[in-house]
Amino acid sequence: MKGTVSRLIRIFFSYGVRLVSLLLAVTVVTFALVSLSPVDPVQQYILGLGAAVSPEQRAEIEDYWGVNEPPAERYLGWLSQVLHGNLGESSLYRRPVADIIGERFRGSLALMLCAWVLSGVTGFVLGCVMGMYKDRLPDRILKKVCYIISSLPTFWLGLVFLLVFSVQLGWFPIGFSAPIGVLDSDVTVGQRIYHLLLPAFTLSLMSFANIALHTRQKLSDVLGSEYVLFARARGEGEWTILCRHGLRNILIPALTLQFASFAELFGGSVIAENVFSYPGLGSAAAAAGLNSDVPLLLGVTLFSALFVGVGNMIANLLYGVIDPHIREGER
Amino acid sequence: MKKLNQRQKTVILTVIMAVLLTAIYVCGALIPDEAVNGSFLDAGQSPSFAHPFGTDTLGRDLLLRTVKGLSVSMTVGLAASVISGVIAVLTGAAAASGSRLADSFIGWLIDLVMSVPHTILVMLISFAMGRELKGLLIGIAATHWCSLARVIRGEVLQLRDRHYIAVSRKLGRSSAWILAHHLLPHLTPQFLVGLILMFPHAVLHEATVSFLGFGLSPEQPAIGIILSESMRYLTAGMWWSAVLPGLTLVLIVLLIDKLGDCLKMIIDPYTVQE
Repeated sequence: MKGTVSRLIRIFFSYGVRLVSLLLAVTVVTFALVSLSPVDPVQQYILGLGAAVSPEQRAEIEDYWGVNEPPAERYLGWLSQVLHGNLGESSLYRRPVADIIGERFRGSLALMLCAWVLSGVTGFVLGCVMGMYKDRLPDRILKKVCYIISSLPTFWLGLVFLLVFSVQLGWFPIGFSAPIGVLDSDVTVGQRIYHLLLPAFTLSLMSFANIALHTRQKLSDVLGSEYVLFARARGEGEWTILCRHGLRNILIPALTLQFASFAELFGGSVIAENVFSYPGLGSAAAAAGLNSDVPLLLGVTLFSALFVGVGNMIANLLYGVIDPHIREGER
Repeated sequence: MKKLNQRQKTVILTVIMAVLLTAIYVCGALIPDEAVNGSFLDAGQSPSFAHPFGTDTLGRDLLLRTVKGLSVSMTVGLAASVISGVIAVLTGAAAASGSRLADSFIGWLIDLVMSVPHTILVMLISFAMGRELKGLLIGIAATHWCSLARVIRGEVLQLRDRHYIAVSRKLGRSSAWILAHHLLPHLTPQFLVGLILMFPHAVLHEATVSFLGFGLSPEQPAIGIILSESMRYLTAGMWWSAVLPGLTLVLIVLLIDKLGDCLKMIIDPYTVQE
């Protein structure tokens, strides 16, 4: 037991170092990219103020923002502020970026969590069905469905769902995370879930095919093995074999894959939130990019890298600690 | 008539699909800009004989716009996949070249690209380049090379330890000779297959990013632009402007995907006899 804990700490530490180095590189790259942009952030800020600004005031703002300093110096100044928890002020929403991210992330988290669980469970169950009926009719049909769904563009799928379920049938709301004209404090949990269902379903369709095909492959490997042949010879039914030998072997890889898919999940939520006008980080990111809100864009990018990094780290830990093959192999 | 074998069928299917795709591409490229400009008299018509896909709120024929948009998407997708493929070969080969430092650096670089969601990264690059075609191309090219680079690296590493390469080296062949005569014949099919499988992804990415407003400008005919316009009139009952262009995009992507599978069957030495 002691060995496991110390190994856990070691793995955690090495991935921690890697995560920090990657995040630092992300800050450098994103900062360089927004510096390259032909859009003048000071001009955008002044436009956002909605008032005329004299040249002296403009010079003052430029001075305060450090526009005329060399890029390296600007970067270091920005980085030290970020490390102190100050991500700057959004020129679009006129509020601290950290507040916006915190608030928007709650909406996104609910959406992504629902989609993540939904795609994981559906993908896994379908993968089991496909693996058990390998090369028979259910498998062939489901495999086609998986391939087709994975080549559908998410935004178009969202549009079609909106058209069918919201406009034609009227089962779901057209967008937003709460009914229009209701105070934020009066919105019930039920209403929030009702507004969440369609975007979450759309988002989950994007990633379930991957997990289903992966599970199918793993399960068919297991079912072709000699210990399963022996179990069959002992007279175990298909269902017992799945529970005793199948699930234990395929659950961990599936879970690992699911944690490693945080990047696609986040990317997909950007699209889903924009289609359904759902107020979350993704729609904030698109708005920031379109309105040249540099501080918000930087903040969201950093946050998304952190989010993906944590997901990858969990995946690696799961893989290295829970999986008995790798655990034994390291000794 | 003589019965065709599997390989002949695959070849025929591939040729048909390639001709179809080229035809769509050429049609789209040949449609002049004036043909797309409609008149306001025809605004918002549902699909009919004169306008199979209906018209949009400016009276433009959606079928023409869709085909033209598809050819733009295919150009962007093709260019981005080729650039991405070249990056993948260079980085993959460099990683497998033997230096541990280069290998771990490229591994780290791949992790770096994978650590930001691609949609966000393409948005960021497009923002940096001033939200036009160039930014879109660079963005898509910069995000799609990772998996192919890993494949190439693995392949080179595997090949390097083969006996016939060691023998070749003992016989005094230079590295360049080994590269040209032993490595490239192995890598070319892998590279081509990876490139073809990357193509539909790049087309989808282009449409997605244009849809979000970061790719092509609103005057240009692109599927993403048409769909993002259609979103505004969704509740007005203009279902055709959202469904039909999107469906065409899906069909094209599936067609390219299938073409890729067929070509893989033909090129890949492991399946070539089937």
